Amino acid sequence: MSTEKSFWRKAYEWHEERLPIISFIDNAIGTKYPVPKNLNYWWNFGSLALVMLGIMIASGIFLAMNYTPHADMAFDSVERIMRDVNYGWVIRYMHANGASFFFIVVFIHIFRGMYYGSYKSPREVLWWMGIIIFLLMMATAFMGYVLPWGQMSFWGATVITNLFSAIPAVGDSIVTLLWGGFSVDNPTLNRFFSLHYLLPFVIVGVVVLHIWALHIPGSNNPLGIDAAPADKIPMHPYYVSKDMFGVGVLLLVYFAVVFWAPNMLGHADNYIPANPLVTPPHIVPEWYFLPFYAILRAVPDKLIGVLLMFSSILILFVLPWLDTSRIRSATFRPVFKIFFWVFVADALILGYCGSQPAEGLPLVLSRIGTAWYFLHFIVFLPVIGWLETPKPLPASISEPVIKPAE
Amino acid sequence: MKKVIMAAAAATLFVLPLSANAAEDIHLPEQEWSFNGVFGKFDKQQLQRGFQVYREVCSACHELKYIAFRNFEALGYSEAQIKVLAAEYEVEDGPDEFGDMFMRPAKASDYLPRLYANEAVARSMFNGALPPDLSLMTKARAGGPDYVYNLLLGYEEAPADIELGDGMTYNKYFPGHQIAMVEQLFDDRVAYADETPATKEQLAKDVTTFLHWAAEPNLDARHSMGIKVMLYTLLFTILAYLLKVRIWSRLEKK
Repeated sequence: MSTEKSFWRKAYEWHEERLPIISFIDNAIGTKYPVPKNLNYWWNFGSLALVMLGIMIASGIFLAMNYTPHADMAFDSVERIMRDVNYGWVIRYMHANGASFFFIVVFIHIFRGMYYGSYKSPREVLWWMGIIIFLLMMATAFMGYVLPWGQMSFWGATVITNLFSAIPAVGDSIVTLLWGGFSVDNPTLNRFFSLHYLLPFVIVGVVVLHIWALHIPGSNNPLGIDAAPADKIPMHPYYVSKDMFGVGVLLLVYFAVVFWAPNMLGHADNYIPANPLVTPPHIVPEWYFLPFYAILRAVPDKLIGVLLMFSSILILFVLPWLDTSRIRSATFRPVFKIFFWVFVADALILGYCGSQPAEGLPLVLSRIGTAWYFLHFIVFLPVIGWLETPKPLPASISEPVIKPAE
Repeated sequence: MKKVIMAAAAATLFVLPLSANAAEDIHLPEQEWSFNGVFGKFDKQQLQRGFQVYREVCSACHELKYIAFRNFEALGYSEAQIKVLAAEYEVEDGPDEFGDMFMRPAKASDYLPRLYANEAVARSMFNGALPPDLSLMTKARAGGPDYVYNLLLGYEEAPADIELGDGMTYNKYFPGHQIAMVEQLFDDRVAYADETPATKEQLAKDVTTFLHWAAEPNLDARHSMGIKVMLYTLLFTILAYLLKVRIWSRLEKK
């Protein structure tokens, strides 16, 4: 056996001395990142979110090549993409539905973090980065929906930007600044297009911070206890192969929608060109904003509605301290587990209410749902943490105290 | 002005959603469409019949501005047939060397001629109502093709308690039930070139299919590409699963 290094080995070492990017990647998501061996499939959704971000940026770049950000031409340019640009229709349908799937994946990712206490010490900053990504996603998605310049684009933009007018004293000036004028018009479309192209790359930057923050304590796991080195396996090939399978399953669902129901998640009114003189009878945002829209409309006062809506997300920043329990995983928290699922149901009910006109039963439900949403964080979580008797924790991942049932 | 905008915004935010429920939920009987389903696609014969209905009936008032003559190849017409068809229409071109606009027979690359110089002209011709462009109609209304089909056949005697506005007609499926378009489809309104019996249901079905093609001209390509993409992704997923199982089996051996 010769001790002579191969050419490729030497080339690798030469490059590593100058820019150690290959070992950097290997440390980040490769063989040098140890991950608890007991992650379940709910842990797939982080990598799935990354895949969706990639699909959105890739498809978006090609759409931008053919899109015209002008109030008089935007709608026509989108139709040109759909009709005359080679495979434009598949790129646009992937992009439009990709936003929905990005949100589905991220919602599940967030709920997973809540269930398994992934926001708790020492992962608070990791959790914060996630919330920032979520906020950036919402801003990006909102501005993206405005770009086709259909009726819902226009009126959705009008309603949402007007929320800022509720801010005392400076509200009107902020709205004028957002609009670039005194109503939603061409300058609004131009700045939204610019920001819609910019923000995804800001998201990429925060994703890097998110993954960086993940690597300091390492991944949480379904038991929520700190994993001993012996209970960890390298990300590659174990979780890379598992993630690839997850990607396949996600793509099957995603493509089924893209190719057979591409307009299912959209609103028919957005195929009508924007008309400032005709208000649609029922303005609704995209489905992923509906729970927040329900919170906004739950109170009859605009300023309070706006404050509640923003608080409903900002409150997540202090979640690590509102939850007073030191046990991470809901597996060992019988009372919290019930409240978690009620909270999930509450979010879904709020989503339904957001899609309905704010009157009658949906309005009553959205008021109860909003109250429950905030009570969950401000009252239930701290109190449960104090009063609940958790189940005994296992000593380590490989030696559970309680034998699993069966 | 600012106050007005604010008031409008507030109205939009809190009042309009309230009024939305004033419109009742209208049930649209679902139809069978050749383009529905995993393998769904357009029937070219039907598209040609639908185009005939559009041309002889709808096009009197409704534009189809996103459709060019060249697009009719998808209906099964040859290039030569499209040239002949296009030449039956006149379009404005120019300016010529004297700076004047002039009319010439349309070419395959031309879009269908527009009917109205602007919206005001159209409204002045129809008692204030605007005949909408039909290019995206089946995607721009809740219910899609089912809505368009039912609307075309949904004319009936107005209930006694409804007072129709000037020039309005009662339609079961139109939101608010008062529509400015009068009933257009009757049995044998069009004599089909392929001798299909032209019942009004047939006319409605054919023209709706044609309009759905106009709104979604890549539907056939989308479905056939979708099947290939799904098969490929399915194979990838199965292989990825087998690979995952195989790699993870190393842990059990330890």
